[in-house]
Amino acid sequence: MSLRSDLGRVKGLGSAKLGVDHWWLQRVTAVALIPLSLWFVVSLLAVFNAPHAEVVAWVAAPHVTVLLLALVAVLFWHVQLGLQIVLEDYIHSAWLQVTVQVALRCIAVLGALAGAVAILKISLGH
Amino acid sequence: MSSRPISPHLQIYRPQLTSVLSILHRATGVFLSVGTPVLLYWLLAAAAGAEAYATAQTLLDAGFVQLLLVAWSWAFYYHLCNGVRHLCWDAGYGFELSSVYASGYAVLGASLILTLLTWACVWSQGTSA
Repeated sequence: MSLRSDLGRVKGLGSAKLGVDHWWLQRVTAVALIPLSLWFVVSLLAVFNAPHAEVVAWVAAPHVTVLLLALVAVLFWHVQLGLQIVLEDYIHSAWLQVTVQVALRCIAVLGALAGAVAILKISLGH
Repeated sequence: MSSRPISPHLQIYRPQLTSVLSILHRATGVFLSVGTPVLLYWLLAAAAGAEAYATAQTLLDAGFVQLLLVAWSWAFYYHLCNGVRHLCWDAGYGFELSSVYASGYAVLGASLILTLLTWACVWSQGTSA
């Protein structure tokens, strides 16, 4: 027996079925960001005033490279998940919603890639 | 979606700590998202070499930018602390109204203190040469 309402069937709407996954991923990325972002802020306080060579040496340290890559990936994922909800709340036209959500995902991926490339350029070129 | 009449809400309900902190969580989230390009800029400048990095440092030291960085740091600490508050709710803790208010004030206090501590660290070190 289908639990779908008549209206849902007629309008082609209904549960997107991805709700729980989104909710869970937002929490997982949030929990991951707690130590990652705090570590980054503390580290930044130590190197923000340092000469370029010192900053490069810090980024190039293997454990720092790994953590920075993790931070960038998780951060942009969390940003995308969060902004998705905000946009869903305020955009109601279907075509605009799809366009904006796809654009958001593209920007998030590009942002994460830009960060990763910068980190790897420093790390591998050192 | 037709422009059907809806009940007034913002003109009716007095702002409470609960509703204000809730919208603040969304607002700080959006504000922080908008700030991620600055993080990318810093990383890319560091990757581009000493000259590009020196330019970035000069730009980031500018008064107006420093003000923005202070705002972003507070937004970060607020979003972090209130985020933990949210995670506690997700786990089922802290739903008593008294707890909600107590944790709410705690989040505001903690975010302020963390912001002040951070910038005390920054300004005690002075600006880069």
